Amino acid sequence: MSGSSALYDIPGPKALARHRLYAWITTAVLAALVGLIVWKLVDTGQFAAVKWRPFEYEGIQRLLLRGLGNTLKAFGWAAALSLVFGAVFAAGRLSDHRVVRWFSTLVVEFFRAMPLLVMIFFIFIALKLEPMTALVIGLTLYNGSVLAEVFRSGVNAVPRGQGEAAFALGMRKTQVMAQVLVPQAARAMLPAIVSQLVVALKDTSLGYLITYEEFLYAGKLIATNLDYDLPFIPVVMVIAPIYIGMCMLLSWFANWLAGRERRSPKVKDTPVTVDTPQEI
Amino acid sequence: MNVLSDNFSLFAKGLWGTVQLTLLAGALSLVVGVIIAGFRVSPVKALRAFGTAWVTVLRNTPLTLLFFAVLLGLPRFGVVLPFRVFAVLALGAYTSAFICEAVRAGINTVPLGQGEAARSLGMTFTQTLSLVVLPQAARSVISPIGSTLIALAKNSAIAGSFSVTELLGTYKPLNELGYSIVWTFVWIAVGYLIVTLTISAVFNLLERKLGVAR
Repeated sequence: MSGSSALYDIPGPKALARHRLYAWITTAVLAALVGLIVWKLVDTGQFAAVKWRPFEYEGIQRLLLRGLGNTLKAFGWAAALSLVFGAVFAAGRLSDHRVVRWFSTLVVEFFRAMPLLVMIFFIFIALKLEPMTALVIGLTLYNGSVLAEVFRSGVNAVPRGQGEAAFALGMRKTQVMAQVLVPQAARAMLPAIVSQLVVALKDTSLGYLITYEEFLYAGKLIATNLDYDLPFIPVVMVIAPIYIGMCMLLSWFANWLAGRERRSPKVKDTPVTVDTPQEI
Repeated sequence: MNVLSDNFSLFAKGLWGTVQLTLLAGALSLVVGVIIAGFRVSPVKALRAFGTAWVTVLRNTPLTLLFFAVLLGLPRFGVVLPFRVFAVLALGAYTSAFICEAVRAGINTVPLGQGEAARSLGMTFTQTLSLVVLPQAARSVISPIGSTLIALAKNSAIAGSFSVTELLGTYKPLNELGYSIVWTFVWIAVGYLIVTLTISAVFNLLERKLGVAR
């Protein structure tokens, strides 16, 4: 990064001194901000023993762990089902039959355009399903549709010659897909798939809004308890690092996969670059 | 079927709430996102580290958790603002991380020669970035920013569950009045489609007028 950036010269002694000054100012401002926050925390009594006592109780710990388990359960189901959904509808969008193609396009585009929360609320309130089912179906429809697009663009990104050569050898379309195009596309798509799973993991927290007993909901149960003097901030301080940590771990895995893919000698001659926009 | 005609003002209020949230949070996220992108390419290491931390943390935070922390946590902290302002802050901060990444990717598409030429004219980092590189980067980030803002409009639905007036929240009073819940949701869906399709149309227009293929 430094030295190779086209945006600024390699700093000389004067510039270095100036940069050091900026760095000190930044650090000072950030430190002041952190100090202010800590002071505010102490001032409003967030570190009072009564607010942290609940975390010592075994029942509360079990409640939190059960919430975390429910979050992971919803994520596991949603991830597995949306991979299947994505594969089916990507195949549909790549089909030779016009009707199948149109239908798949319609489904994928519709579920991508709808806010996920609207779908979840619709399934939960209008269809009156269990919170967990509603959450998993909603996540599957949305993430599955995005994954279908990822799969489709991945297959389309394989150099044309590969498919043409396979057809010239007399392979049928299914064979071309399964034995030539998909294996090559899968390598390139893997980082994008994992990134989308991060989105699915983050979105399991929407279950909180339909009273699914997941991690955030367990936190809310503790936070709204008057006996512990409404420990909202302590709950956030306990829950946020775990949530963010899980998502970071998965994001880091996606980055690692992408890096490995770039360095791999296997793809040097026919690089397959998937260009899908990052969904939120 | 007459859910819409009977309760037009309620729907209109909800739609206006969604539009307001999207516009305000969108403006906030654009400003913050561009500034953080500037930090991330700056020569000062402390600023780069801050930018990286900001993006990494916010991109990996579930938006519902952020809403929970900001809307329910901050008031306990002595910070009392209207929920609508909190919602704009949470949505804006969250989206700014994605805007920042889009802008940074855009900066990388500007040919190296542009920055080098600007430097050889004696321009400082700030001048190079704001006068030469960012205007050219802007042309290539129109469509990613458009899709980020569409995602923002869709994410604003979460605010409704934290008692901010917006479109999804209108289902509640209508449900209590005994209207057909399916039709209510159909019209809510139509409302969201109006917002997202408008954003997408505006950005397609911008792309046609300003965009360049690199």
